Amino acid sequence: MILRTSLEERLAYRGDFALGTLMRFLPIITQIFLWWAIFDSVGTGGADSSRLSGYSFHDMVAYYLLSMLGRAFSSMPGLASNVAKQVRDGEIKKFITQPIDMIGFLLLSRVAHKVAYYSVSTLPFALLFYLCRGYFTAGWPSSEIMMAFVLSLVMAFLLGYLIDLCIGLIGFWFLEVSSLLFVYMLLSFFLSGHMFPIDLLPEPFRTVVNFLPFKYLAYFPAAVFLEKIDPNRLWFEMALEAAWLCFFIVLARSLYSRGLKRYSGFGG
Amino acid sequence: MMQKPTSSENTIDRHGSKHPNYLSVFLTFAKNSLVRDMMFRANFVIEAFSSLSWALMNVGFYWLIFEHTASIGRETGWGKYEFFVFMGTTWIVNSIVQTFFMPNSEEFSELIRTGGLDFAMLKPIDTQFLISFRKVSWSSLANLVLGIVLIVISLGHLVHRAENPWRFEPAILLLYPLYIACGAAILYSLMICLAATSVWLGRNQTLYDFWFYITNFSRYPMEIYSRGWGFPLFLVFTFVIPVLVVVNVPARLLAQPLTPRASWEWPLAGFTLLATAGAILFSRWVFGRALLSYRSASS
Repeated sequence: MILRTSLEERLAYRGDFALGTLMRFLPIITQIFLWWAIFDSVGTGGADSSRLSGYSFHDMVAYYLLSMLGRAFSSMPGLASNVAKQVRDGEIKKFITQPIDMIGFLLLSRVAHKVAYYSVSTLPFALLFYLCRGYFTAGWPSSEIMMAFVLSLVMAFLLGYLIDLCIGLIGFWFLEVSSLLFVYMLLSFFLSGHMFPIDLLPEPFRTVVNFLPFKYLAYFPAAVFLEKIDPNRLWFEMALEAAWLCFFIVLARSLYSRGLKRYSGFGG
Repeated sequence: MMQKPTSSENTIDRHGSKHPNYLSVFLTFAKNSLVRDMMFRANFVIEAFSSLSWALMNVGFYWLIFEHTASIGRETGWGKYEFFVFMGTTWIVNSIVQTFFMPNSEEFSELIRTGGLDFAMLKPIDTQFLISFRKVSWSSLANLVLGIVLIVISLGHLVHRAENPWRFEPAILLLYPLYIACGAAILYSLMICLAATSVWLGRNQTLYDFWFYITNFSRYPMEIYSRGWGFPLFLVFTFVIPVLVVVNVPARLLAQPLTPRASWEWPLAGFTLLATAGAILFSRWVFGRALLSYRSASS
């Protein structure tokens, strides 16, 4: 029911939506040319034989496309600010009085959001990957890798949801979370590997960033697909991601229950 | 719905026995905006800070790239500090556009949608002027300052460049601001054209995305389009929608000594002047057409 309502709401503007998705692909063209120019000047043998931290030019474009896919799963536009707004103007009361769990409700509506998004943007995405198939030089990865890839995308979605939710829930303590949200956006844009594979970072930054949860939002799924993760560590990394997931579930739950106590303290 | 616009901008001009003093009107607009900005000081600081941090993040990204390579593209002359000059130029042009034109274009499509344009057309002043300059977003100037700082630092390094070290030439003091102005004018024309299309299309959220994605092409050195199917792109974005010359021309003028120059550079600089004039005239034409087909909105 919740799923269906949100779905219908989303599909109302599908024309705008499909066009917008298509537009979003325009910068890819510049990115491809930019990376080509960079690779062309790295080595002496031209763009096709140069390597940057183990990435060839084709890998880099493939990485860029895949990380876009990862971001499509993990980005949650408006979630944190919405939660904070509901806390601020008291709309959150409806979750207290009704037998609905807020965290579950919001999760389902986000799932619907994403399902609607994909039902419209699968076509442009498929077209994009078809046009760019030449960049995926290694072909389809093995079924184990594929499984890990799909799983990492699902976890990227959940992790993106939970982190955003936690930031929104901080609104119980600070009324305005927009500056916090901004810092988070900045960090995640840079550290999730959305702009570049984090393998490119010099030490010690690389190790530090590898320990942070942001990389699972964009870098990790793409790196899994391109087999840039050491096969012996692949499932260990997946487990680590699951651990982060648990951590954020616990964090969100405790923020929510503590926040509610504090909230009713105000007399709502 | 209610009335046909009888006063297009031309007829307003013809009334003009008493022309308003455009400069003093503009200064008043600027002052009002500043007063308004200063009323919400914290917001002002946050806005300035956020655009600064995005810009600095970009520096971080390219810093990283230049850890791995010496230049963007082979023999294009865009080494680390040359490219930072390029980036500073991008910020300067963009912040001029964002300070003076962006809030107004946004307002323009809103005026069309709500019918508020009626009032703007009744004012005894050129409508395009009124629409384009009403608001000034002062916080966007932060990036201009940052751009200048970055350029000064980069030029400081370029003075010690091994071949063709940078040296100061008085002509650049004239040329650089001139081409910055050209770049801003081209972007302005593009923006006002896109905003004017909301007369025909109604809601145009996607068109703003379109603006962003088109100008995205201006943010990189044009040399990167020099291969394969980049060449048609280069032609389109130089000669049809001239966004490629917006940053490239002034940045290149500043980053390298004025002489010697490759044979294509001066003609391109000349073309930029033509393109600017063309773009402004075109935007004026589109704006006029838009006003003629504007039929108010029943509010």
